[in-house]
Amino acid sequence: MNAPMTDEERFRKENPMSEFLRMERMPHIWCPGCGIGTVVNSFAEALKKSDLDMDKVAVVSGIGCTGRVAGYMKFDSLHTTHGRAIPVATGLKLANPDMKVVVVSGDGDLTGIGGNHFIHAARRNMDITVICVNNFTYGMTGGQVTPTTPTKANASTTPYGNYEYPFSLPFLADACGATYVARWTSLHARNITNSISEALKHKGFSFIEVITPCTTLYARRNRLGDGLDALQYYHDDSEIVHGADTREVDIEFQSKIKMGTFVHREKPTYLEAVNTHYANVIGDEYQLYGKTTPEREAEKKAQEQANQGSK
Amino acid sequence: MRFGKLKQKTGIVHINKLWCKGCGFCVKYCPTGVLELSKEYNHKGYHPPYVKHADQCRLCKFCEVICPEFTIYVTDEEEENHSA
Ligand SMILES: Cc1ncc(C[n+]2csc(CCOP(=O)(O)OP(=O)(O)O)c2C)c(N)n1
Ligand code: SF4
Ligand code: SF4
Ligand code: SF4
Ligand SMILES: [Mg+2]
Repeated sequence: MNAPMTDEERFRKENPMSEFLRMERMPHIWCPGCGIGTVVNSFAEALKKSDLDMDKVAVVSGIGCTGRVAGYMKFDSLHTTHGRAIPVATGLKLANPDMKVVVVSGDGDLTGIGGNHFIHAARRNMDITVICVNNFTYGMTGGQVTPTTPTKANASTTPYGNYEYPFSLPFLADACGATYVARWTSLHARNITNSISEALKHKGFSFIEVITPCTTLYARRNRLGDGLDALQYYHDDSEIVHGADTREVDIEFQSKIKMGTFVHREKPTYLEAVNTHYANVIGDEYQLYGKTTPEREAEKKAQEQANQGSK
Repeated sequence: MRFGKLKQKTGIVHINKLWCKGCGFCVKYCPTGVLELSKEYNHKGYHPPYVKHADQCRLCKFCEVICPEFTIYVTDEEEENHSA
């Protein structure tokens, strides 16, 4: 006879997130008040609202606390080496152009060790969505300075305060050629969902930065209190400025945070550019790269029908 | 409150106390103040929330998305009672 379900088992089963999460891996490793889980919820909401085939969605992460997202989400997912989420996502997309490839990773992973990949994927307008959980620190390894740590902030590698100039990620993405750029904080869960929905529909490189508390390291080292204090700061000091000039959205230590959809423009994607170029220089001989499987199947069928018709 | 035939929604909040890490996000950001942190501890030593004002839940599901632990979800009271 089967033992009756425990409350926890029932919760795992009946929780609507069981469609998107590997429930058997819960509870997760993230600290109390850490915002990564909220970003995962907001992403799942966007997937729920989309008409995407969930078997054609892939989630790719690098290494870090945020890097755990790929392992926790119930999709074809890849937990890559540190900094390499974007190149792996690029390969996945080029081999499977009908897949929706979403990268979820940290500020250190995407813009420190993986910074070069980030700028070139944006430059090429690679058709992937990148969600960066920016907690201004290398969370998993103990709170070191990342390329986004604000000047003056305390980190384990700058115990007397940070003296470097940080990246403003929307500006970086925009300058490199990204065609969709948005920023929110983890308090703005509904807005994150809306932006991810837009990004999933967008053709080209879409980038969403989510400012998120790292309670255990960044907040503690800087005496900023707990998760609730971080959300209070986001509530009090954030301002929605859609279409803002990305040169003017940098974040200083505990400064005002400008957020919204900053960039939304159309430009041929990498694969579209490949095809247009070769179709021009090679002509009719050129076989279009990256047709989706349904497109290929439809073409094959049409060809067969045409052949039958001519008999 | 009624607007013509529109009926106010009521939600049923399901909380899994085991995974809660007591961050308080759900309590603070529920727009109608349904939840409160309990005095009791869970096995990890955190104070999970409990439903204090069940009739106030308007099924907005904000607690569900803001909870970083995937430990709250809300269902439609009407659907629950009809399907039961
Ligand atoms: C090649 C390599 N270098 C360094 C590390 C150590 N490492 C693991 S996680 C991490 C930082 C991740 O920071 P971030 O991407 O901001 O994610 P967070 O933990 O803040 O979410 C580093 C440096 C590694 N795993 N591999
Ligand atoms: S160390 Fe920071 S980023 Fe990592 S789980 Fe804890 S709070 Fe979140
Ligand atoms: S669904 Fe909305 S109203 Fe109901 S408890 Fe959650 S946050 Fe409060
Ligand atoms: S938001 Fe989730 S983890 Fe935080 S107190 Fe509420 S139930 Fe617990
Ligand atoms: Mg980080």
